[in-house]
Amino acid sequence: MSDTNKDIMMAEAPEGISGAGFFATSLEKVIGLARKHSLWPLPFATSCCGIEYMATMGANYDISRFGSERPSFSPRQADILMVMGTIAKKMGPVVKQVYEQMAEPRWVIAVGACASSGGIFDTYSVLQGIDRVVPVDVYVPGCPPRPEQILDGLMRVQELAESESLRRRDSPEYQALLASYNIK
Amino acid sequence: MELTNENVLGKIISEFGEENIWDAMNPDGIMTITTNRETIHKLVKYLRDDKELQISFLTTMCGIHYPGQGEKEMCMMYQKHSLRHNYRIRIKVYMPASDPVLPTLTDLYATANWMEREAFDFYGFKFIGHPNLTRILNIEEMEYHPMLKQYPLEDQTREDKINTYFGR
Repeated sequence: MSDTNKDIMMAEAPEGISGAGFFATSLEKVIGLARKHSLWPLPFATSCCGIEYMATMGANYDISRFGSERPSFSPRQADILMVMGTIAKKMGPVVKQVYEQMAEPRWVIAVGACASSGGIFDTYSVLQGIDRVVPVDVYVPGCPPRPEQILDGLMRVQELAESESLRRRDSPEYQALLASYNIK
Repeated sequence: MELTNENVLGKIISEFGEENIWDAMNPDGIMTITTNRETIHKLVKYLRDDKELQISFLTTMCGIHYPGQGEKEMCMMYQKHSLRHNYRIRIKVYMPASDPVLPTLTDLYATANWMEREAFDFYGFKFIGHPNLTRILNIEEMEYHPMLKQYPLEDQTREDKINTYFGR
């Protein structure tokens, strides 16, 4: 039995005032900390990048370390929509519907060249990047990206989630962004 | 009987006449004959039902577009296979682009249903008598038939994907 305690990294406590028996910080930072370490992904895997994501879920890369313990194959309680693979124009409305059914706050990662830009499929039938249908927070380059890159994309979203203001989703800019995609 | 290109062609011509079957050739070991729109339905049915031939399996239906060929611009290609004799035959029907209309084979083969829908989707062929001639693979909002060669293959909404990146 190895001593695993030294391998465990504790999450940093947010800035605050600590004293004997108490610690005071802002609610926003606590919620940011909680969101950061419990991002549940919704894997929308259509092709090879999806296989790469399965490797990310496996024991070697272990996406669960980041609190993404439950890949939710339903929009319920999912925080991140991870689109991995070619999205045909016929599939576009489905991606949009899944995004609409997720509750706020929600983030989107476009994994790989196809989801980000249509990739090598410069064709009449392929959607040239999912950002034509839903707003995207993080693009992961690669064809397909290695699991490390997918984890890096997840960590970028963790940074976003940690520092996001609680009122950001009510801001007029965000509402205008959703309106530009015709999302209510 | 052993099916050879000669005796199959002989049987077909004796059945339908030389005015309806022409341009028999053998480009790749599969005999290719050309017929017209009036004959195609009867010919496919005859190949299916003839006791000697038994060329009863419709392998493929596929559209072809030959730009600038006038009366022979559009072509519908049928491949049939005799599972009994392991013999294949290819049938072509040419037509002008202004009038891509054919009789349907759905009353002979259930599989012709989606094959014809695909040909309609990508080439714009109209099949008289098809029960549900709608797009099958492309989005319904698509306003053109993408495999016709006047339309570019690439998505026209991008400027950053230039040929250099694609080896074109």
